[in-house]
Amino acid sequence: MPGARAVAGWVGRHPVGAFVVFFAVFPFLVPYKALASQVLIFGLFALGFNLLYGYTGLLSFGHAAYYGLGAYGTGIALAKLKLGSLWLGLAAGPLLAVLGGAAIGFFCLRRRGIYFAMLTLAFAQLLYFIAFHLADLTGGDDGLRGIPQLPVNLFGWKISIESTLGFYYFAFALVCLAVAGLKRILDSPFGTVLQAIRENGDRAAACGYDVRRIKHLSFVFSALFAGLAGALDALRLAVVPVESLYWVTSGQVVIMTLLGGAGTFFGPFVGAGTYLVLEDRLSVFTESWPLVIGLIFMTFVLFLPKGIWGTLVANLPGGASAEGQP
Amino acid sequence: MEFSVAAVLPQIFTGLVLGMIFVLLAIGLSLIFGLMTVVNFAHGALYMLGAYFTVFFLGYTRNFWLALLLAPLMVGMFGLLVERFLIRRLYGRSPDDPLLLTFGLSLVLIETAKLLWGKIGLTLDPPRELGGAVNLGFMAFPAYRLFVIAVTVVVLLALWAFLTRTNVGLIIRAGSRDPLMVRALGIDLNRIWLLVFGIGCGLAGLAGALAGPMRGAYAEMGVTMVIESFVVVVVGGMGSLLGAVVAGIMMGQVVGITTFFAPQLAEIMVFVVMALVLLVRPSGIFGEAGLME
Repeated sequence: MPGARAVAGWVGRHPVGAFVVFFAVFPFLVPYKALASQVLIFGLFALGFNLLYGYTGLLSFGHAAYYGLGAYGTGIALAKLKLGSLWLGLAAGPLLAVLGGAAIGFFCLRRRGIYFAMLTLAFAQLLYFIAFHLADLTGGDDGLRGIPQLPVNLFGWKISIESTLGFYYFAFALVCLAVAGLKRILDSPFGTVLQAIRENGDRAAACGYDVRRIKHLSFVFSALFAGLAGALDALRLAVVPVESLYWVTSGQVVIMTLLGGAGTFFGPFVGAGTYLVLEDRLSVFTESWPLVIGLIFMTFVLFLPKGIWGTLVANLPGGASAEGQP
Repeated sequence: MEFSVAAVLPQIFTGLVLGMIFVLLAIGLSLIFGLMTVVNFAHGALYMLGAYFTVFFLGYTRNFWLALLLAPLMVGMFGLLVERFLIRRLYGRSPDDPLLLTFGLSLVLIETAKLLWGKIGLTLDPPRELGGAVNLGFMAFPAYRLFVIAVTVVVLLALWAFLTRTNVGLIIRAGSRDPLMVRALGIDLNRIWLLVFGIGCGLAGLAGALAGPMRGAYAEMGVTMVIESFVVVVVGGMGSLLGAVVAGIMMGQVVGITTFFAPQLAEIMVFVVMALVLLVRPSGIFGEAGLME
């Protein structure tokens, strides 16, 4: 099909444009509009995870830490410190996530491979227990409540984000910026070195790159994206549940990214959409929906390690060009 | 509050019992990792299965001792199946893949446990023979907890003898040093890996079976345990069994003593100790040494 080939080629040349076009109409393609915002936010979370795992080759099992820090940063700024500005509140979360990512990354990057994965998980659990016990600041087990959905103040314009669609397009604008930012990172020399480290860290080091510093930077960028996702989710729900720091959240983003396709540009969003639609549909029938998702995930690890998008790109005619590959 | 020795001693003993559970879990993780470079994330779920199987066999046979023997064996057998039909497909792929697979497996096992045995969890009484407390002279301590310490010591000694005094143990130690060389000598390492994975899982099952009468059985009981056991392995030095034992006992003490002075910090202290060890000695206390050295 020459038509499909042309579309795939255009998608590959303008991935950010394709993202904007698709997600501009996305709320009208899903069963209900709240799901669209969820896909967008978890897609952003998975995008951050994918930068570290898919592109740098570092498997973090504790990405809930940065998502949770982002959510709590924004939540505490708006609900406890009563910052009157949405922008300041929204900035506080990712800032906290970046600081946390810089500190935790420093420790975790002292070890490689499997150790790294489990260390990230250990630090995320540490933050979970801290948030659990610091109830005065975080609300503890009850979660942080009372986050106001302040109107967006854009050059004097006041836009409400209280409606589902209003919030969706507010989040959409920010996620588009994040996706464009990721594209910029991947196209930069820094992004190329990340992928070189994924392929062969020793060789990258031999070429004179400061591998540990570059990994640390990648970690911090990844935490930034995850933190922005957490901050947006805090605004969406108007509450931060303490589970946002729990290992289950870390597991979710791992599953989403691998379902969609690690190391692909659109994979994280494909994975987030698949996961959330599955959860939505399955939970109607059974409380044990995580069992089904767990089995699907195991099947993917065993037989489809490239994920849905990665497999499509590898097997469809013209598919490779949809990922910008010649 | 008075910090008398008499008040702290029971905490030290309670910490020692927790340390024993850590040691059993960590030594299985470390053994599997040392030989196969596989991190078994499902270790916590197998610990949980150990506890549930004990409840199940106890109800079936009415004999705690038989249940305590059968449950770890069943978990070990399950481990054999996992290695043979799941993990084995992933050799030669990225070392992250077995971790991801066993993560999925632990989700499946936790949800299956909820389906089979309910969400609330079950309680398990220690056998009547071990129901009371033993007077140690300086204090009284629950007999069952002393039993847990004794069983762990016996199992550790048996494992040590197995690894150092038998031919299979020799092959296991050699295989963790240089698998290629062991293969070149005509030894079928696949069977050794299968065995070691089974033993490691069986030890997790034993830990769960022993913990059952103290903590009950519930679907998510293994999640925090597997993370903390991994911390123990990191602190002790990955692949070092002596490190797993020393660090396991140490972490048990850290939790036990912190619980006495500041209970809400107990869960956090484990990770603080880990961060400190990582700063000072990134490879862990016994990190440089090989298996059993």
